[in-house]
Amino acid sequence: MNKFVTLALAGATAAFASAAYAQHTDIRVAMQLEPPNLDPTGGAAQAIDSVVYSNIFEGLTRFMSDGSVVPGLAKSWEISEDGTIYTFHLHEGVKFHDGTTMDAEDVKFSLDRARAEGSTNAQKGLFSGITDVTVVDPLTVQVTLKAANGSFLFNMAWGDAVIVAPESIADIASKPIGTGAFKFDNWVQGDHLTLVKNPDYWGTPAALETATFRFISDPTAAFAAMMAEDIDVYVGFPAPENLPQFESDPRFQVLVGNSEGETILAMNNKLPPFDNKLVREAVAHAIDRKAVIDGAMYGLGTPIGTHFAPHNPDYVDLTALSGYDPELSKKLLAEAGFPDGFTTTLKLPPPSYARRGGEIIAAELRAVGINAEIENQEWAQWLETTFKGKDFGMTIVSHTEPMDIGIYANPDYYFQYDNPAFQELMKTLEATTDPAKRSELLKQAQQIIAEDYVNAYLFELAVPTVARAGITGLWLNQPTAAIDLTGVTWP
Amino acid sequence: MTRYVLGRLVSLILSLAVASVVIFSVVEIVPGDPAAYMLGINARPDTLQALRVELGLDAPVQERYVAWVAGMVQGDFGISYTYRTPIAAMIADRVWVSLPLALYALTLSVLIAFPAGVFAASRRGRLGDLGVMGSTQIGVAIPNFWFAMILVMIFAIKLRWFPAGGFAGWDKGLFAGLKSLTLPAFALALPQAAILTRVMRSSLLDMLGEDFIRTARAKGLSRRQALWRHALRNALIPVLTIIGLQFSFLLAGGIVIEQVFFLPGLGRMIFQAISARDLVVVESVVMLLVFLVIMVNFVVDLAYGAVDPRLRTAR
Repeated sequence: MNKFVTLALAGATAAFASAAYAQHTDIRVAMQLEPPNLDPTGGAAQAIDSVVYSNIFEGLTRFMSDGSVVPGLAKSWEISEDGTIYTFHLHEGVKFHDGTTMDAEDVKFSLDRARAEGSTNAQKGLFSGITDVTVVDPLTVQVTLKAANGSFLFNMAWGDAVIVAPESIADIASKPIGTGAFKFDNWVQGDHLTLVKNPDYWGTPAALETATFRFISDPTAAFAAMMAEDIDVYVGFPAPENLPQFESDPRFQVLVGNSEGETILAMNNKLPPFDNKLVREAVAHAIDRKAVIDGAMYGLGTPIGTHFAPHNPDYVDLTALSGYDPELSKKLLAEAGFPDGFTTTLKLPPPSYARRGGEIIAAELRAVGINAEIENQEWAQWLETTFKGKDFGMTIVSHTEPMDIGIYANPDYYFQYDNPAFQELMKTLEATTDPAKRSELLKQAQQIIAEDYVNAYLFELAVPTVARAGITGLWLNQPTAAIDLTGVTWP
Repeated sequence: MTRYVLGRLVSLILSLAVASVVIFSVVEIVPGDPAAYMLGINARPDTLQALRVELGLDAPVQERYVAWVAGMVQGDFGISYTYRTPIAAMIADRVWVSLPLALYALTLSVLIAFPAGVFAASRRGRLGDLGVMGSTQIGVAIPNFWFAMILVMIFAIKLRWFPAGGFAGWDKGLFAGLKSLTLPAFALALPQAAILTRVMRSSLLDMLGEDFIRTARAKGLSRRQALWRHALRNALIPVLTIIGLQFSFLLAGGIVIEQVFFLPGLGRMIFQAISARDLVVVESVVMLLVFLVIMVNFVVDLAYGAVDPRLRTAR
C-alpha cells in the first residue's frame, strides 16, 4: 500500500515537473494594439513590427536593443571610396520558412519592390537614394546610391526594409514567410497570434518553442491578465500607475527602457501667433516638464530640450534653453504683443501621454495667459485634420521613428518649420559619411531647432515592460518597435 | 393576407435602403483617411495615392456605394482595408463568440430573475421583497464594466478559477469555451437580471390584482397556489417581450465587456474598425445588425398578422 502511494506521488511529481518544463519553452506575450496585418513592408502600424521584427523577418542589417546597427542577413559589406556603392555579402544556407533559399535575387526583389512606383511602403523615403540593385552572384548583391548616404546601413535595419521572397509576397499580409528564428503559425484575429520555433534557422536557434501574442489595450484588463498570470510578458504596459505594485511583487520584474519617441508639444509655425518666435519661446518656458512627466507618466520619461533621443551618443542636453519660468514667459508674451495672452487650440490624439499631458500643459499655459482649448481626437481624425490638414494651433505627439530630426527640413511637415539654413545642414549631413563630422552636424542641427523654439520639447517616451521574474533576453529599449524573442529564455 | 405581406415587404425593403444610405454617408462623412491611418506620418503622397488606388478609395462616392450594396446583395461584404481578408469570414468567426456570450448572459439573467421575481412578488412588502428590490436597485445602478473588474479581481486574480480574459476557442472543447465566457456573461447578465426581476415582480403583482385571481382565491386556492397556477403564465407575456429586447441589446451591446475581457467578438471588431477607419468593416457590420433587427421586426409583424385578423384588413 505504502509502495503504491509513493509510486503515485512520484508519478504525480514527474507529471508536474514535465508540465512545468513544458511551460518554460512557451511564452505568452501581450501588447496594446493588434497588428492590422503582418506585412512590415506595407504599413506603418508599429504593432506589425512588434510581432514580426527579427522574429519572422530579417533585413540586411538589424537593430540591437541599444540602438546599434549590426549585420543581419548580410554577414559583411564593402563601401566604395565615394560612398555610393555598397557590396553586401550574404550568409550562406539561409532558407525562407517555406524551404526556398534566400539569395541575392530576393534582396534585389525586396529593395526594388520597396522603391518601385506604386509601392505602398510606409517608409519609402528610406529607399529613395537607391538608383540600382545588381545581383553579382547568389551571395553577393551590389546597391548603388545617387549620392553618399551616411545612414544607409541604418535605413536597411528598419522593419520596412526586411527581405521578402517573390513566391510568398501575395499572402504576406496574412501568411508571412521570412527567414527568422520563428515561423508564423496561426492568427485568430481579435484574440491571439502564435509563432513557433524555426528548426532550420541559419543562426543561433531560439530557446523558445512557441510564442503567443495577445492584444490587450484596456489598462485594467492588462493589469488583471498580468496579475492572474494569464500572460508572461507585457511590452509597453499601458498603466504606469501599477508599476510599483509589480516591482514589489516577487513574481514579476519591471524593465523601463527608452523608446525613440520624442514627445513634443508641436506648434503650427505658420499660424499666427505661433509664427512669432517670441510666442513659441514663451510657450516653451511656460511648461514644467517635470510636472508633465510626473503627472501624466507617473515619473517615467527623460526630459528633452530638442528633437533627439537622449540615449544617442550625439545628444546635446538643451533643456536649460527652455527651462520652466512662467515670469519670463509672461514677459516674452508682452514683448510679442500679447500682454493679455491669446486663445488657441490644443488637439490631443488618444495616447495617455497626450490626453493626460495635455490637461497639465493647458493648465500651465493658462497660468501665463494662454487659453488652449482642448479637443480630443482619434488617430484617424488627428491624421486627417491636424497632421495632413494642418488645422491646429498646438498638438501633443510622440515621434517614434528613430533619428527623425530630418522632418524639420521639410517645410510642408505639419508644424511647418521653414528654415533654409537648417535644410542646407540636413543636405550636408546626408552626404557626409565621416562619423566625427556627422556627429558635429547632428549636434548643430539640434541646437538650431532648440534655439528657434520650433516646438516645445517635452520628454523621451519610456517603454515599461512587465515580465515574470527570471525571464531573460528581453529588449530593454525600443530602438525600433520590436518584441525580439530570439534570445529570450526562462530560468 | 397577400396584400398585407406585400405591404410589409415593401416597407422592409425601403427601411433597408434608407438604412444603407444613412450608414454609408455617416461613415464616409467622419474625417479620417484609412490609407493615411495605415501608412502613418512618414508616408509620402505618392505612396498614399498608390494605397488608395489599391483599396479602391479613389473611386467616386456614388460608385463605391453602388459597389458596396451590389456586393452585399450577393452576400459579399468586401475585403477589410486593414486585415485584407474577406469581411464575411471575419464576421462568421466573431459571431461564434458574441452569439454564445449573449445567449449565456441571457440564460443567466433568466435563471436569476425568475426565482427572484416570483419570490419578491409572493412576499410583497415583507423583508424578502425589500431585500430583493434593494439588490436590484444596486444591480441596475452598477455599470457592467465595473462589475466585470470586480469579478476579475476575485475570480481571476485571487481565486484563479477563471482566466482574466481572452477566449480559449471552441476547438479546445465546450468546457474551455464556456469557462472563458463565464465572467463576461455574469458581468453582462447582472444588470439585465436586475431589470428582469423588477419586470417579473411587477407583472406578477398586476396579475394578482386581476379578477380571475380573485375567482381562484374564492374557489379556495391559497395566495401562493393562485400565483403559481394562474398568475405566472399570464405574467410571462411582458417578461418575454423584455427578454427579446435584452437579447438584441446583449448581442450588439457587448462592446465594452468584450474590450474589458479582450474577447474576439463582433463588438471588439467594430471598436477596432472604427479607430482604424476600416470603413467597409464598420459599414458592413452595422448594416448586418440593422438587417437582423429589421428582419426580426418583419417576422413579428407577420406573426401579429397571423394572430390578429384585424391587422390584415387594416389599410
